[in-house]
Amino acid sequence: MQSSVLRPGFVQVRVLDMEKAIAHYRDIMGLDLVGIESDGRAYLRAYDEFDRHSVVLRETDTTGLDIMAFKMVSPEALLAARKALEARDVKCEVVEAGEQPGVGERLRVYMPTGHVFDFYTQMDLSDIGPMTENPEIWREEPRGMRIVRFDHCALLGEDIDASAKLLIECFGFSIAERGLDPDGNNMAIFLSCSNKAHDVAFLKAPLEGKLHHVSFLLESWHDIGNAADLMARRDVKIDIGPTRHGITRGQTIYFFDPSGNRNETFAGGYSFYPDNPERVWTADQYPKGLFYYEREVVESFVSVFT
Amino acid sequence: MSSVDKPKYQINILKTDIEFGCREDQSILHGMGQAGRKGIPSGCHGGGCGVCKIKITAGTYVSGKMNRDVITEEEEASGYKLACKVEPRSDIALEVIGKMRRSYFGA
Ligand code: FES
Ligand SMILES: [Fe+2]
Repeated sequence: MQSSVLRPGFVQVRVLDMEKAIAHYRDIMGLDLVGIESDGRAYLRAYDEFDRHSVVLRETDTTGLDIMAFKMVSPEALLAARKALEARDVKCEVVEAGEQPGVGERLRVYMPTGHVFDFYTQMDLSDIGPMTENPEIWREEPRGMRIVRFDHCALLGEDIDASAKLLIECFGFSIAERGLDPDGNNMAIFLSCSNKAHDVAFLKAPLEGKLHHVSFLLESWHDIGNAADLMARRDVKIDIGPTRHGITRGQTIYFFDPSGNRNETFAGGYSFYPDNPERVWTADQYPKGLFYYEREVVESFVSVFT
Repeated sequence: MSSVDKPKYQINILKTDIEFGCREDQSILHGMGQAGRKGIPSGCHGGGCGVCKIKITAGTYVSGKMNRDVITEEEEASGYKLACKVEPRSDIALEVIGKMRRSYFGA
């Protein structure tokens, strides 16, 4: 089935210290700061994104994920999804247009894994988005880690099958890849609404609504090296990498923002089509699925989250 | 003064024989890592994940902001801290409280 969702549009993350967060996301990672609004939230974007923002930071005394939001193809598709959710008694509510600058009305969905997902169809275009007439490769040279776009999130919760089922049945997502436990139950589910190997992943844990990582696309393996150099130079805490995933085949490095939220920058990965057969990692080979070169589970990677 | 000359305090993990030096411009967790020692679980280094929770039983320090979901105000008031957000101002004695808890997906 073709999905009615275009892509993950933005993520809103809680941080402990806005000044340090901006130094990380803007100055080291190289995102553009679009603005800071009167409620204190900071809005950022990557150079190759047309829409006005893709990362929202909110300063408070906790960390983790506020919202993962998806842009849909049309208001009709959003309405159809809403009806499908209501038929399943899923808790939904409307977030009014303008709650974030430049963003239209959003449908807020409370996912079985405890995450808040928003779905919307309208966001203003960025004034400094990619060029469209005689388009140069970029308007201004990318800074910092040279992030192309916000790409996906990996999220932790108990009932990952239920969250995946909602995305599949109400929004037309497909499962690209799964990791299994020894009894054949899903430990990890990678879902796509696009040509990407994943747009969101659910990882099974005895937790509610937790964030494993927010991921950003880089152009190449070489850019991952550049990102790693920057992390070393600027004392960013690296979790693991540079390395490669077996799952999705992405080349990757994981690190933490100054509030302890895990970020990923990655490149590569296969193209996905919704008619592709599912790829599965059995329990005995699953560590290789996580980290293809190490072929071992990395303790912090499976025990540390916000 | 370069960082190598800065005073080093001794950090002592109670109920173990682990001891290491830590500068006053680095967190206890970072100091432990630089000294090549283990004992306190090491995670995000940002006060977010909570795995590095300790109880400080002796010594003075300064501490930064920590995720309230993993350490309450009452805990903080009674000496519980996140080792990644504490910088020593004297020798320190501490107990390790935090644990690495694997989620199922890391089975
Ligand atoms: S290592 Fe995560 S809170 Fe200290
Ligand atoms: Fe990822």
